[in-house]
Amino acid sequence: MADEHYPAELRYHREHDWVRVEGEEAVFGITWFAQDALGEVVFFEPPAVGAQLSADTTYGELESVKAVSDIYAPADGEVMAINDDVVASPELVNADPYGAGWLVRVRLTNPAGVDDLMDQTAYTAYLAGLDQA
Amino acid sequence: MTAVTDFTQTAQQREVVATIFERGAPGRRASQLPTLDVPARPVDELLPARFRRAEPPRLPEVSEPEIVRHYVRLSKRNFDLDSGFYPLGSCTMKHNPKLHERAAALPGHARLHPLQRPERAQGALELMWNLQRGLAEVAGLPYVSLQPSAGSHGELAGVLLTRAYHEDRGDAREIILTPDTAHGTNPATVTMAGYRVVNVGTNADGGVDLDDLRVKATDRVACLMLTNPNTLGLFDPNITEIARIVHEVGATLYYDGANLNAIMGISRPGDMGFDIVHFNLHKSFTQPHGGGGPGAGPIAVSERIAPYLPVPVVGRTDTEDGAVFTLDVDRPKSIGRLRGFHGNYGVFVRSYAYICSLGGEGLRRASEIAVLNANYLRALLRAPGIGEYLSTPFDRHCMHEFVVSGGPMKRALGIRTLDLAKRMLDYGVHPPTVYFPQLIDECLLIEPTETETRETLEAFAAIIAEILGEAGESPEVARNAPYTTPVRRLDEATAARRPILRQPL
Amino acid sequence: MSDYTALTPDDLATMLAAIGVDSIEELLGAIPDDIRRSEPLDLPPGRPEQEVFAHLRDLAGRNTSADDEITFLGAGMYDHYAPALIESIILRSEFLTPYTPYQPEISQGGLQAMFEYQTSISELTGLPVSNASLYEGPSAVASAAYMGKLANDRSEFVVSRGVHPHARQTLATVAHGWGGRVVEVDLADGVTDPDDLAAVVGPETCAVIIQQPNFLGAVEDVAALTAVAREVGAVAVCSADPLTLGILEAPGRQGCDIVVGEGQTLGNRLDFGGPSFGFLATTDAHIRRMPGRIAGQTTDADGRRGFVLTLQTREQHIRREKATSNICTAQALNALAGVIYLAWLGRQGLPELGELMLQRTDYARRRLAQIDGVTLLHDQPVVREFAVRLDAPVDDVIAACQDRGVNPGYALEHDYPEYAGGLLVAVTEQRSRADIDCLATTLGDVLATWRSPLAGTEVTR
Repeated sequence: MADEHYPAELRYHREHDWVRVEGEEAVFGITWFAQDALGEVVFFEPPAVGAQLSADTTYGELESVKAVSDIYAPADGEVMAINDDVVASPELVNADPYGAGWLVRVRLTNPAGVDDLMDQTAYTAYLAGLDQA
Repeated sequence: MTAVTDFTQTAQQREVVATIFERGAPGRRASQLPTLDVPARPVDELLPARFRRAEPPRLPEVSEPEIVRHYVRLSKRNFDLDSGFYPLGSCTMKHNPKLHERAAALPGHARLHPLQRPERAQGALELMWNLQRGLAEVAGLPYVSLQPSAGSHGELAGVLLTRAYHEDRGDAREIILTPDTAHGTNPATVTMAGYRVVNVGTNADGGVDLDDLRVKATDRVACLMLTNPNTLGLFDPNITEIARIVHEVGATLYYDGANLNAIMGISRPGDMGFDIVHFNLHKSFTQPHGGGGPGAGPIAVSERIAPYLPVPVVGRTDTEDGAVFTLDVDRPKSIGRLRGFHGNYGVFVRSYAYICSLGGEGLRRASEIAVLNANYLRALLRAPGIGEYLSTPFDRHCMHEFVVSGGPMKRALGIRTLDLAKRMLDYGVHPPTVYFPQLIDECLLIEPTETETRETLEAFAAIIAEILGEAGESPEVARNAPYTTPVRRLDEATAARRPILRQPL
Repeated sequence: MSDYTALTPDDLATMLAAIGVDSIEELLGAIPDDIRRSEPLDLPPGRPEQEVFAHLRDLAGRNTSADDEITFLGAGMYDHYAPALIESIILRSEFLTPYTPYQPEISQGGLQAMFEYQTSISELTGLPVSNASLYEGPSAVASAAYMGKLANDRSEFVVSRGVHPHARQTLATVAHGWGGRVVEVDLADGVTDPDDLAAVVGPETCAVIIQQPNFLGAVEDVAALTAVAREVGAVAVCSADPLTLGILEAPGRQGCDIVVGEGQTLGNRLDFGGPSFGFLATTDAHIRRMPGRIAGQTTDADGRRGFVLTLQTREQHIRREKATSNICTAQALNALAGVIYLAWLGRQGLPELGELMLQRTDYARRRLAQIDGVTLLHDQPVVREFAVRLDAPVDDVIAACQDRGVNPGYALEHDYPEYAGGLLVAVTEQRSRADIDCLATTLGDVLATWRSPLAGTEVTR
């Protein structure tokens, strides 16, 4: 399992999802915190390729042995690809949440929306706040 | 119950047990069938080849002694109530009287066909009628259907009854309220019956948050599903006010009978204002649980719900020659059937025997001692050496079960509730329910039942103290437990990722 | 009386002192006075064990069991022989008294038995995945329909009238809750006609449900019927009698997506209708929509094979309102009886038993057809059960036969008004040629009496 970290080049959603913008496209996944809370991931229920995702709404599910977690889209977009490797080997989400454990690739339909998300500093502060609550 | 210090296991105890499919040899068999005593006709004439199976199913090929040894060996890899303490919260693992098996096996019960004509099944119907009456008295509600097969099936019946009641009045509704501490079956049932779940919060005393309930109880609400005492083992003293709020908006109040063992003969759901009650006969009325069933989930209802009860209902007519019992199917407003035939009759025999043995006073005494045992164990777990690690979240007496939180244990000793539970396995006791209710951090839900002795409760507390003491020295012992069981901790993640649900043949 | 408790006066004093109260009554303080009872429950007083047993024996004695008459009654539950080894195993405390296996390390016996059961059901049905049991047959049919709804979210359920009436009624009850509509397809000459089915199904059809053999005992053309279902994208469901699957083709190999059924015939008691068990098997595509517990194979920390409950995220205790079903307690012990029975019958025994039933049922059918006043209701292939039509009031004929020690079967007209005078006759391996001859003689005599000018004086009760 990976060590706790939150890369600086990503933006973060309060439901513990990340987005990496690559031009007009972007990649979504869940953060180290999210995979740690969920435990060993055993199943990924992906959206259909072509599905329209809306920011702040769920687009799929991740399951551990004894929990189910909705995954939230951090931004608006159309699904171009899903990570078949994670479908086949869901443990990649635990092993490498920001790399091999990515979930979907989208074409951003409202790129400006990404600016409203947290950066690394804001997200780690947000997590520290959760810990105290 | 003695402390286990020897972590080594003999090879035999830790063997991998072959499956029944891995035993035997081609051509071997256990069964011998009656000989064909009618003139044989060519099979092709009786059953055309296109309907027939080409190859026999690949079932085991084993002798009778092989079968017996196999399943006896498997049985030794189970822990069971007859072997030791089983304080599994919300499951009411009370003693299963041996009389019940003898009675249920009588051919007049066990070999009775469900479609035998009622005039030739009067004993069975009388038993069912008497059981209906007994359950109605315990519930404080006049009408009973024995049909549902388990608690969750009773819940489904109850919610469908609610739907029928409102539809009959031209008053369709779409929401059912459940407390956030509810058993998972409640919200699951709601969805299956076509309603939407809205959660009601819990107040500081562990009861229903009345303010939240008042906001959420609208004329779109069909029902509030509740158990009292609730899943935290606490009796909600506001129950009559809750019933008033629910009834004021025209909704029904549903009683989940999972926790009935706390109040038999002491307080009745009907008197509290509940309209519909389900019983788990495999809990309060002591049906052996069989490793996951069978059970039965009869329901009792108030007058206004009665017309909608599922069919059949057992009726009684008094004639000059005595009472005659009937299976009543002609009920025009009934929701219909929920299963085949009349319910789990074999379970009814056992639970009826239990009611006959205890009588009204015995049922009350059983509940009182269940409450006493739970409070005594709770007091033992608040003692120094345990209380600082396992907190008791609500400072009130519990009913038949109680929750403790392993939060302080996790912080102080670095072991989780799951580790504590797994280490208990080495001491020959079944752990309590873990991680339910989800409201409580690192929860343990403990239900000792009335049939346990004081010594057993004290020994259990001593085991917990010993495990906690051991964890203070070396927490990894608990983290890697168990050691003395037929297998060690199992890899549940791989089982779920790449399911192997049958043996390749 | 015994209440099975152990409390002594000394215990009570010690325990109350430790709790810090003076009485048990004080512990019940949270219960308001107006709903706390002071008077005892209105139930007969408790009795000692021997008296309770005597009472239950008296009640049992007032039932006519399958030991008390020569019975040809079936219609969903059957008098097959359950070998003694089943009882000796399932009454062991280690199988009888545990709860659902929540702690796998101390439940390997039950979990491995579930895995063996699932393997057996998969093999019989021809489908790759089975759950660990459901309540019983008819509600298993409703569970399969609900899986269909989860799969394609359509609302129409097309059901053959050859499906057990209790299953059709159960489906109607439950489907009403989730807004499903049930449409029935009539039988033609005892079976479901694929063309009739094709005329009813459409793009709204969620699932097509048939039974093999059907309620009239007739063998359905499962492959032709499932093809019709597939044509419109509906889920094909077959309710099958597992005991006939030694000779009948596995429905899973005839295009069925879900095979369910009643497990009573596999080594379970009649028990006046329950407890027995229901089974459910399906394709890999539907695995996450399955209801109920499922055992799976895995390894322990030392790498040894072991078994756990798996795919639990489908279930109510985790997914709550999004669960695939609300079921938790099912019928583990009854399913255990089922897998032991299948091991006892074994690979050779199951087809042999099927063939024995096939021959004896055919013999009985031909014997009865020769009786004046008896005609076949259909002439389709049958395995263990067949339907005839009597030209006399069927309820009265049954009663008169029973007075002579023979139960000839089940009156169809209460469930099927279209089959007035219909009698459904089941011939298990427990009924010998002599029993069948006795049935034929008795039925012939009773019908002759009924048809005589004195009818009504002798038969009427």
